[in-house]
Amino acid sequence: MLSTFWQVWIMAIVFGSMIACGLLILYVSKGQRKDETTSETTGHTYDGIEELNNPLPRWWVIMFWGTIVYGFLYIGAYGLGNFDGLLTVKVDGEDVTWTSTNQWKAEVQAFEEEIAPLYAGYLATPIAELAKNEDALQTGQRLFKSNCSVCHGTNAMGAQGFPNLTDNDWLWGGTPESIKHTLMYGRQAAMPAWGTTLGDEGIADMTEYVRSLSGLDHDAEAAEKAAPKFQMLCMACHGADGKGNQLVGAPNLTDEIWLYGGSTKQIKFTLRNGRNGKMPAQADILGEDKVHVLSAYVYSLSNGE
Amino acid sequence: MSTAFDHPEYNYKVVRQFAIMTVVWGIVGMAVGVLIAAQLAWPELNFDTPWLSFGRIRPLHTNTVIFAFGGCALFATSYYIVQRTCRVRLFSDTLASFTFWGWQAVIVAAAITLPMGMTSTKEYAELEWPIDILVTLVWVSYCVNFLGTLAIRKESHIYVANWFFAAFMIMIAILYVVNNLAVPVSLTKSYSVYAGTIDAMIQWWWGHNAVGFFLTAGFLGIMYYFVPKQAGRPVYSYRLSIVHFWALISIYVWAGAHHLHYSALPDWAQTSGMVMSLILLAPSWGGMINGMMTLSGAWHKLRTDPILRFLVVSLSFYGMSTFEGPMMAIKTVNALSHNTDWTIGHVHSGALGWVAMVSIGALYHLIPIMFGRKAGEMYSTSLINLHFWLATIGTVLYIVAMWVNGIMQGLMWRAVNEDGTLTYSFVESVEASHGGYVVRVIGGAFFLTGMLIMLFNVYMTTRDAKREANAVAAQA
Repeated sequence: MLSTFWQVWIMAIVFGSMIACGLLILYVSKGQRKDETTSETTGHTYDGIEELNNPLPRWWVIMFWGTIVYGFLYIGAYGLGNFDGLLTVKVDGEDVTWTSTNQWKAEVQAFEEEIAPLYAGYLATPIAELAKNEDALQTGQRLFKSNCSVCHGTNAMGAQGFPNLTDNDWLWGGTPESIKHTLMYGRQAAMPAWGTTLGDEGIADMTEYVRSLSGLDHDAEAAEKAAPKFQMLCMACHGADGKGNQLVGAPNLTDEIWLYGGSTKQIKFTLRNGRNGKMPAQADILGEDKVHVLSAYVYSLSNGE
Repeated sequence: MSTAFDHPEYNYKVVRQFAIMTVVWGIVGMAVGVLIAAQLAWPELNFDTPWLSFGRIRPLHTNTVIFAFGGCALFATSYYIVQRTCRVRLFSDTLASFTFWGWQAVIVAAAITLPMGMTSTKEYAELEWPIDILVTLVWVSYCVNFLGTLAIRKESHIYVANWFFAAFMIMIAILYVVNNLAVPVSLTKSYSVYAGTIDAMIQWWWGHNAVGFFLTAGFLGIMYYFVPKQAGRPVYSYRLSIVHFWALISIYVWAGAHHLHYSALPDWAQTSGMVMSLILLAPSWGGMINGMMTLSGAWHKLRTDPILRFLVVSLSFYGMSTFEGPMMAIKTVNALSHNTDWTIGHVHSGALGWVAMVSIGALYHLIPIMFGRKAGEMYSTSLINLHFWLATIGTVLYIVAMWVNGIMQGLMWRAVNEDGTLTYSFVESVEASHGGYVVRVIGGAFFLTGMLIMLFNVYMTTRDAKREANAVAAQA
């Protein structure tokens, strides 16, 4: 709410300017001969330039008045300061004053109402079954492109730090239920930083050990030195055999899939500084019905025909 | 330098200096413009170099074309016009000289600091605080010198061109200082004293009036002198100039809010910004009518006089973009046009079509006089004609490409499928814009080529002038 002073201030400026324009037109039009051109000059000459004093073009004056009148009508409809304006929009089934927020709400609600039956039908269908419905999959793909592709790529094949969703390797589980849970509530992975605990040599040794798990080239002697430490520090999440744990989103270290890269340099970086994988929750952004369709799309990527 | 000057009692030195630098800075600014346009079509042209990247040199382009090219054109023409229409030498030669060298120092400082990444981040006000202080000193000297000249005039009345120049420089002084108020934290970094929405509103109060006063009122001053002068006809209507002058300067100030439609700005401020923008249509067109109608009885001169052609086409683009502006300020239209290339097209139909063309026309009239020749007597008239066509075609290519791109982007962003999803992802709209971006580079290159031809023509004119002066001196 504006204070009385500011309300008066803005009304004085806005209406004052508009009225002043009108008065200016009236004042200057005074005494001009109607719509005929003149060859009379004002009598002044500036560096050889003379000025005629032709009447204001009629169409121009009408246009000027038109915009001023429109201005008053527009403010009457949309308001100025504490004055609300006469225009209303429908929000939650009620007529409320126009504001840009209410206009947005009204438009979104009207549209949501239109598409609600479609999504209600989808929501009632189990994800595994929905993943066979081509219309639903197309909708899912469109949702994916607008909302997920920034990180996971338009082809859903991911990038460094963002998992590939088309393979059958799952950090948090690949059942329809776990996919939907991931989308609804998000996921927060936490690989701790081991730089200070292990020291430079320890990091180097552990890197060799991690590479040995998936059969990459490694220094066997160094890997052997690190093996007991793995059982002590890493086992809790990645398991004794390094096969990972979907309950905490710990990746399987024995396959050829590397979320943050499998080169010696990349593994060292991960071990030294840790990683913080974050999947943002979509429940409040997209809502359950759209998440349900998206889940079916993601599920279909690795469970297709 | 020459004995052929028609008015040795006037200070033409500062006019000559600013006129030449207008051409030079025009070429620099437009060349940077073509480069950044090319970067948008082919991003490899950023060359992975921070100081050549789009984000840093785009402000260099805008600052150079607006304040270096446009600014020098305004200094040159206003100093020229005020002396001739007041029949008196400039109030102070020292201040005139200070404004020239001070302004050049500002431009050079901008050209160094902007690519280095020093910026206050406010659009069209990116320069950091030490440069702002220099700008303010130069600008106040300019105001004192110009208004001082009006005060000591020998003509009883003040010519309409000078009303516009006076309004432009006083308003720019106020707007520039208020918008740039900041707390310095080091020599190269400061923070705006305003926060959040208020900062945005102050910024666009300035931003839109940089257009309204710098690029419109100032250049209307140029128009009001050079159109009647070049056409050899009296100004069409004195009373029209009164109405459109007062309405223009009082309404323009309140239109800036249309840059913030559907934002956190309170709705009433958006509403008043839109209403003021619409009412601005008639006052803006007043200048176009007065310029165009001044030509009645002299239309045949367009066939033979490419300088007049520059001036008339500039008025057409002025009329077009001042119609487009109020339309784009309507919220419903703005919902489509905002953040698209349409805005860039709108700006350039004003900047290339109006500001640059009217300046170029004025310079072709004025530069020969500065070098002891008759008005408009350049080295080559056919080169002026060539420049005219390059500039016109370049401008049309540019704005048509941006209209197509802008409307396409707006439609693609709002396209929705039956299932409520967006039809296009953002990157698809970028991909679809590529063709328009290429056409824009071509349009810009046309315009730039015209400026290079102008530089050659100006150089040849000054060289011939020197030769003639020497010949006269030898005879004597």
